[in-house]
Amino acid sequence: MSAKTLGPVRRKFAPWDDPSSKPLIEIRQVTKNFGSFTAVDDVSLNIYEREFFALLGPSGCGKTTLMRMLAGFEEPSAGQIIIGGQDMAGIPPHKRPVNMMFQSYALFPHMNVEKNIAFGLEMDKLPKGEIAARVQEMLKLVKLEQFAHRKPHQLSGGQRQRVALARAIAKRPKVLLLDEPLGALDKKLREETQFELLDLQMQLGMTFVIVTHDQDEAMTMADRIAVMDKGQFVQISPPAELYEHPQTKYVADFIGDINLLEGRVTKNERGRITLDSDVTGGVIDVHADSSAGAGDKAWFALRPEKAAISLLPPNDPQTNCAHGTVWDIGYVGDISVYHVRLDQGGSMRASIANTSRVVERPITWEDKVYLTWTPDSGVVLTK
Amino acid sequence: MKRLSAFNVVSLTLGFSFLYLPIVLLILYSFNAGRSVAVWGGWSTKWYGSVFENDQLLDAAWVTLQVGVLSASVATVLGTLAALALARYGRFRGRTLFSAMVYAPLVMPEVITGLSLLLLFVAVNLDRGFWTIVLSHITFTMCFVAVVVQSRLASFDRSVEEAAMDLGCTPFVTFFRITLPIILPAVISGWMLAFTLSLDDLVIASFTTGPGATTLPMKIYSDVRLGVKPEINAVCSLMVGVVTIAVVIASIMTKRQEVERERAERAALAGR
Repeated sequence: MSAKTLGPVRRKFAPWDDPSSKPLIEIRQVTKNFGSFTAVDDVSLNIYEREFFALLGPSGCGKTTLMRMLAGFEEPSAGQIIIGGQDMAGIPPHKRPVNMMFQSYALFPHMNVEKNIAFGLEMDKLPKGEIAARVQEMLKLVKLEQFAHRKPHQLSGGQRQRVALARAIAKRPKVLLLDEPLGALDKKLREETQFELLDLQMQLGMTFVIVTHDQDEAMTMADRIAVMDKGQFVQISPPAELYEHPQTKYVADFIGDINLLEGRVTKNERGRITLDSDVTGGVIDVHADSSAGAGDKAWFALRPEKAAISLLPPNDPQTNCAHGTVWDIGYVGDISVYHVRLDQGGSMRASIANTSRVVERPITWEDKVYLTWTPDSGVVLTK
Repeated sequence: MKRLSAFNVVSLTLGFSFLYLPIVLLILYSFNAGRSVAVWGGWSTKWYGSVFENDQLLDAAWVTLQVGVLSASVATVLGTLAALALARYGRFRGRTLFSAMVYAPLVMPEVITGLSLLLLFVAVNLDRGFWTIVLSHITFTMCFVAVVVQSRLASFDRSVEEAAMDLGCTPFVTFFRITLPIILPAVISGWMLAFTLSLDDLVIASFTTGPGATTLPMKIYSDVRLGVKPEINAVCSLMVGVVTIAVVIASIMTKRQEVERERAERAALAGR
């Protein structure tokens, strides 16, 4: 394997927290109806220059429709889309400062790789020499120099994906839209390509908006992620915040694996929340902010890797502790996931990193175990 | 591969003989040296020679060729547009009616098509002749082109067109640079089909023609009524040749296109 050259280091980047920064894309209260079906329901969003933004959600959540409205293939039923200060209403796709990479790649089957990449430049009526130079540059960028004269059907899936990418960025658009760009690649290639896309975005200084249903993809690449459900944004946050501070059960459940323990709030003061939970049979003490008031129903959301599993009871088994029987162990390789049937009914999962190569685990099926966590390891959700 | 049973062999032989024996006989007798169309008098190609000296036959052939090329070309344009409208504009008002009306001439008896066209030409007081034959051939071959092109468009990935527009191409240019080259094989086979249909047509041409415009099938038919000359056999054999070539080219193009598509699909699946 040849040593891979790494791109520039990604620095802290958060223009969305800076009220003085001007967004590149403004989506203002956009709604899209198809007949009686509302695909996108009154959404607003700002995307900033050089941002890598992901629209994440299950199929049918409206993410692709929203992207197609940015590209100009659909007109919003209501609301406004502004790109680079210009209102996009009534502007057809071929006059917009965005380019799109299609899920099916949509390569022109009757043109070779070179012609495919040159197409957009020819449409701009650039001089021949410049087109040739730009095509060479693109071919080099996506490492396809020796495939310039192949037709799309003579390429592998990964190569076609690169041609589609090269073609979309050849015009150096302000914004590149990517519709499930890695959906058709196998897992290994997908992971490699994720990082290549990131490097490319840094090098080119372009704004990328990606549509995906794959949360790993969104988490790895994006600066911010908008989780969509039923045509609306559920939460817009940077990946770490989305993972550690989900605002709803939907987001918590959609991103990664999570335990949701139902309880009733007994106290909420200055960031300290106490819940009574029938699931653990005790008290859950959390250091987190929540609007939940005393008496409200709420859920304590705890990631499996933040729960400790032990054969011995902790000092205070009444607080932040659940006990039960190991029902199943999922060995994933880097981690093992323990499914525990709680004595109070219900179940919880705890995952442990396999830092040693010993295959015999001290904790095994049918063992009586205690799951414990610290007060700052989870959040309290009310919806 | 499974071996053919005796029953299959017999039915195949009978079926193909039924289809092709008359044509084989026709071609065979076009090489007959004797004057009689039914009695074999040895090999000769003299009837082919006399065809090319018969000005009336050559004129008729020339008219047929012009009608065929003109009507097939216009029918291809119109048929392709109809196919695009049917394949693209999903559910417009009256779509079912429109598609039924495009396809109806496929099954319409030629006598009715011919008669109704004649009535129309008479009603609008159009002088019947060369151009009325062209018009009527456009009418009845257009639907065949539409069927061929529409079946190609059914498997057309529209995101290819969207990609072109996304890259700065106007919808108009997109059609000529992207859509048309991709569906071109289907358009060409549509043209071939329209051309052969026009070449063969006797009924509609007889209804809609006027003085001075005689197509080859019309000429042959009127000659045969006065008695079959071996010359006719030669002309017909030549026509069989032209039609065969056109049909073979059209089917090769369709086949090629299918093979290419299959290969592309296989490659796409392998790339996943």
